[in-house]
Amino acid sequence: MGIKIKSMKYEEFQDNETLELLKKTGNNVFLTTVDSIINWGRSNSIWPLTFATSCCGIEMMAAGAPRHDFARFGVEVYRATPRQADVIVVAGTIVHKMAPVLKRLYDQMADPKYVIAMGACAVSGGPFFYNSYSVVRGVDHLIPVDVYIPGCPPRPEALLYGIIQLQRIIKGESLREVRNPDKKFI
Amino acid sequence: MTEELFNILKSQFESVEIKEGKNYPEFYIPASELTTFCKFLKDDDRFSFDFLFNLTAVDWIEYFNLVYHLESTKNNKCIVVKSKVEGRDNVSIDTVSMLWPAAEFFEREVFDLFGINFNNHPDMRRLFLEENWNGHPLRKDYIDEINIIER
Amino acid sequence: MTEEIKEILFTEHEEYMINMGPQHPSTHGVLRFEVFLKGEVVTRLVPHCGYIHRGIEKMCEKDTYPQIIHLTDRMDYFSAHMNNEAVCLCVENALQVEVPERVKYIRTILAELGRLASHQLWWCAFGMDLGALTTFFYGLRDREKILDIFEESFGSRLLHSFITPGGLMHDVHPNFQNRIKEFIKYFRKKLPEYDQLLTGNIIFQNRTKGIGQLSKEDAIAYGITGPSGRGSGFSCDIRKKYPYSAYPYVQFEEKLSEVGDTFSRYKLRIDEMWESMKIIEQLVDNIPEGDYTAKMKAVLRLPEGEYFQKVETARGELGVYIVSDGNKYPYRIKFRTPNFSNLFIMNKLASGGKIADLVAISGSLDLIIPDIDR
Repeated sequence: MGIKIKSMKYEEFQDNETLELLKKTGNNVFLTTVDSIINWGRSNSIWPLTFATSCCGIEMMAAGAPRHDFARFGVEVYRATPRQADVIVVAGTIVHKMAPVLKRLYDQMADPKYVIAMGACAVSGGPFFYNSYSVVRGVDHLIPVDVYIPGCPPRPEALLYGIIQLQRIIKGESLREVRNPDKKFI
Repeated sequence: MTEELFNILKSQFESVEIKEGKNYPEFYIPASELTTFCKFLKDDDRFSFDFLFNLTAVDWIEYFNLVYHLESTKNNKCIVVKSKVEGRDNVSIDTVSMLWPAAEFFEREVFDLFGINFNNHPDMRRLFLEENWNGHPLRKDYIDEINIIER
Repeated sequence: MTEEIKEILFTEHEEYMINMGPQHPSTHGVLRFEVFLKGEVVTRLVPHCGYIHRGIEKMCEKDTYPQIIHLTDRMDYFSAHMNNEAVCLCVENALQVEVPERVKYIRTILAELGRLASHQLWWCAFGMDLGALTTFFYGLRDREKILDIFEESFGSRLLHSFITPGGLMHDVHPNFQNRIKEFIKYFRKKLPEYDQLLTGNIIFQNRTKGIGQLSKEDAIAYGITGPSGRGSGFSCDIRKKYPYSAYPYVQFEEKLSEVGDTFSRYKLRIDEMWESMKIIEQLVDNIPEGDYTAKMKAVLRLPEGEYFQKVETARGELGVYIVSDGNKYPYRIKFRTPNFSNLFIMNKLASGGKIADLVAISGSLDLIIPDIDR
């Protein structure tokens, strides 16, 4: 039932209510065979962009290391150029001077593109929320975010769980409704 | 630093004051004689302070204090040189970047965060913040209602 | 081809500018280089920093002294223990507090483990920059073993905030000593593999020998400390000149090199890994029993005055300068970070070389960008 993910059973997710609600209100989908083939291809080969600003970047590198390997989830290589990347994992603090650079990188990526906000700094400003004069409090002031991963820094296993959640979101899409990420952008 | 070295300095520069700080001996010199004093400290063989390892400013509301931490690699000694700059707006002092090239970038940082100009500096621009940022954040009267909480 | 046509084709007369922009896989962080080129030869290089300037020094003016420790972790995240130790030593010297011996031994062991982990990751990234992807996997595999030791005692892998003014936050796990001894036994066999992979490789040697020559006078004048400065003969190890914590009780050598090029900086860091293991072996069996913290007041107020403390991190000399006016918050705190001074020698070293050498030089200087901008 629902959306099948190879690595985790449906019951183990424990947040299925959100996904069922999304299907009722947002997606409203009968997944045809064409849709499921395309979604299978897209979700099992997500290639991220190398965008590591500070400490969370090290845990992102450690997630690609031999112990917690994320190549087994389809994240095979990191692309250095935004034209060839699917997802941008914003790991680290975003500062006022860096904000236009991030927006330009996001605009240069080709559709369909996704954003993962990794770490407390990207989610909401993190430890620099109070009393800092130059930190942007959360990357969703700039670009629309799909998955938020809390932690300072989050464990590599947390990043893997975030990628699995992203795979679920991708599998719930359909060709009939063209994806418009700005709908979530408040 | 021994008594005779202090006396040599006092004989060369009358307006220097010497105090014993918590870590290192401190030398207070007025801003107009700063470059000659530093040149003497660097070139003279008995002192030879060739390693500048810190340069900052401290904001004491009526005046700024510029702090230079120097070390001599030959004699293994460290001292602190301090210089006072009066005023709030359009303050300036001479640069020491021709003696120690490391000072060039410390001084750019002080200009960026405090607003103190350095005369004869090769490249006086902001270092960390954007070109059109208003104000100098590390001053005590920097107001930013959105981000900084006043206790 | 005639001589005139050769001259038109093969000499470039116009200078053009390329951005090695803030987002780049080789700059290890957000740093922007404006590179001016004539053909493939670099004529000038202008670094632009500030893309991760979070205003830590201003934030610290509104935090009490134990709360500052949390922020110093995030400056140079590989030498997190050493950053914490610097602020704690400064506060303890100001308050004239004597820490128990157990605390000194554990602090030094953690600092050396952090130095090992930091050099391992440097080796990964350096090899990856020069195109050898295998080093990424070997280095990170071994680094995970050190992070396991940290996780068992402190709960987190990367940023712990474990060293506080007065001592430690709580006592270490009973398994601490055994795991460290196992790790040292394991790593002594693996470190020669690093030499086999990279040091003796003829391609690697051609790319790094004779590149990025730094003289001793330049190192002193620009303030380059740490392994980059010791590679040029500048003897600047704070552990030997102004010892602190448990360093007076151990014997180790300070390695210097007279050559000053990229290969000697590389070799020096590998030698430092051997020395770190020696230090840990001397300390790990003799940790004395006792308290894990001295008695401190609940609210720390430093007496009026100015205090300075120097510490040797994995990249150089870190200095903490605290100006206090008797309050429970510092009036002004300044961190003299090693990467800030190490960055601005790039123009001098990279000019005259090719673009590929620029990547090798910036990898050998081992820059961590949040440390530059704080």
